[in-house]
Amino acid sequence: MADLAVKSDPTEDRLAALTMPSCGAWGRAVREAALARLRSMGLPGRRDEYWKYTRPDTLTQANVVPAAVFQNDELPPFEGLERLKLVFVDGVFDADASDDLAETGLEIERLETAMAQDIHWAKDLYGVLETNGQTPVARPLAALNSAYASDGIVLRVTAPVARPISMIYRHENPNSDAILHHVIKVEKGASVSVLENGPAAARLNKVMEVDVADGAAFHHVRAQGRDHERRAATHIFARLGTESRFKSFTMTVNGVLTRNECVIELLGDNAQAHVAGAALGDGDFHHDDTVFITHDAVNCESRQVFKKVLRNGATGVFQGKILVKPGAQKTDGYQISQSLLLDEDSNFLAKPELEIYADDVACSHGSTSGAIDDDALFYLRSRGVPLADAQDLLVLAFLAEAVDEIEDEDLREHVSARLSGWLERHRS
Amino acid sequence: MLEIKNLHVKLEEEDKQILKGVDLTVEAGKVHAIMGPNGSGKSTLSYVLSGRDGYEVTAGSAHLDGEDLLEMEAEERAAAGLFLAFQYPVEIPGVGNMTFLRTAVNAQRKARGQEEMSATEFLKVVREKAKTLKIDADMLKRPVNVGFSGGEKKRNEILQMAMLEPKMCILDETDSGLDVDAMKLVSEGVNALRDAGRGFLVITHYQRLLDHIKPDVVHIMANGRIVKTGGPELALEVENNGYADILGEAV
Repeated sequence: MADLAVKSDPTEDRLAALTMPSCGAWGRAVREAALARLRSMGLPGRRDEYWKYTRPDTLTQANVVPAAVFQNDELPPFEGLERLKLVFVDGVFDADASDDLAETGLEIERLETAMAQDIHWAKDLYGVLETNGQTPVARPLAALNSAYASDGIVLRVTAPVARPISMIYRHENPNSDAILHHVIKVEKGASVSVLENGPAAARLNKVMEVDVADGAAFHHVRAQGRDHERRAATHIFARLGTESRFKSFTMTVNGVLTRNECVIELLGDNAQAHVAGAALGDGDFHHDDTVFITHDAVNCESRQVFKKVLRNGATGVFQGKILVKPGAQKTDGYQISQSLLLDEDSNFLAKPELEIYADDVACSHGSTSGAIDDDALFYLRSRGVPLADAQDLLVLAFLAEAVDEIEDEDLREHVSARLSGWLERHRS
Repeated sequence: MLEIKNLHVKLEEEDKQILKGVDLTVEAGKVHAIMGPNGSGKSTLSYVLSGRDGYEVTAGSAHLDGEDLLEMEAEERAAAGLFLAFQYPVEIPGVGNMTFLRTAVNAQRKARGQEEMSATEFLKVVREKAKTLKIDADMLKRPVNVGFSGGEKKRNEILQMAMLEPKMCILDETDSGLDVDAMKLVSEGVNALRDAGRGFLVITHYQRLLDHIKPDVVHIMANGRIVKTGGPELALEVENNGYADILGEAV
């Protein structure tokens, strides 16, 4: 046979379009190691089991699919809340728009600053939790992120912090391709809340590594929305110590493609991890929650609560796993994923999994898809509530179990108000 | 007040005629009771009047104070002053009872061009009315009817009625699932709302309820029609002799 055309390798094609940021010695080493991990795994393709319900191509290909910057007169999320603001524009930290890092009284730096130092606490975490999260399931986009992340913050908290750290991701360039990597270390007995919002870029690859030490608490509330054409692949890797608490809630409205992975290891006894999501999708909306929680200690609790409301052909995906390792007795694991399909064109694809190697555990999981309850709708209307309001009320009621996972009352009400605002603006 | 003429209704999905010419007029200030055997069309009548989907009116009319009910959406009928106390009140997980009540009250006020009730004013009124129905703060906070006992659900219906202050109240088998004490409580709630400007249509199988809510007029419904109308003594006759005698007579 004559020579065959050289088959192009999608991973190498992607890598060819990227430049590794210059950084100090340890930064270089961890990035090179991440690149080696990525090369050994390869970027995901359509045949990957873990990407069965979500096409990865626009997330992995070299070129970015442009996303229009959308403007509306709605105030950005978390407006009016007392918080420390860190602004990123198309994936680049904007010091002028942010609060002064030096004046926060916190150990908070840009990733590049941390990597430029010879000795830094972040070295023990950057790419480390990500690496732990690569088994038993490979997450190549996270390895790519560790290798090529161009910005991000590293934050170490040693005491309870009252003011939430708010990361605001602005999108201004319709062709932006952002790779952000944050490292957060919550030391023994400390606590912090992290807020995230904004479309970030036409394409966003984001990793957040969170180490929650013994007796520490981490709260995370994220609002993904606005620019409908944006695409995002995000990962949270969390490691939990004894009696620590981790809570993460994500609201997603709009977005042609969102894949949120959350990988949590409960390593200390009596730890607690709650992950929740509320998604509202209309039209060519594709939203994927992929969660992997490993119980590797005694008497830990985990909850996964995911609710999606889908219409006009929107697609929701849930892949959630609870792995209970040998010896992780008294585990209390709960997982629920539900969709409310407002028409017959919308889809919900769910793959709930339990894998248990301990004999004294309580784990439950459930997954349902349903339509709006006609009886409830009539009941509301018979009391004078107009049809559209009644529908919105039932949609919010459906999402409530997820929203209720937000501990802070102000934040919870804030998120509810945004969800109902979206519903009002999207009435057919 | 409520005027129903020659009402014919069939189920939309099956070609089955349920109401076959109902004529009924309820005057303001009066309590009318409808009794009748199972399957006579009593509940269908209440659903059709309140605007539930799934029924087709093939002939006849229904007016509330001269307004054509059948032309209105369910929520418009409610705003016009019609209220149905459900036989099986619906559970709505995720919607707090208080939120539900306030949304309903204000939606009706808005539809009538009235000012919405403020949160504090609403709270004051609802607490007062809940108290007389022995509905505690916890029941007001819980999701609508979720985990409520049969009696609690019916009391909650009466609370809604008291808050919405409708012109025309239809009570669909409000006595079903109630013990004696609960029936008394519910009846007292209804009686407290009796007023010269308000009409009641009480649908029931049993005379029992009518001992507590004394009707002015009693109708017997059978096979989709009102077959006999009389005073309160008609209810006693049913209680003593069953429907067979009356139906035999009417046919």
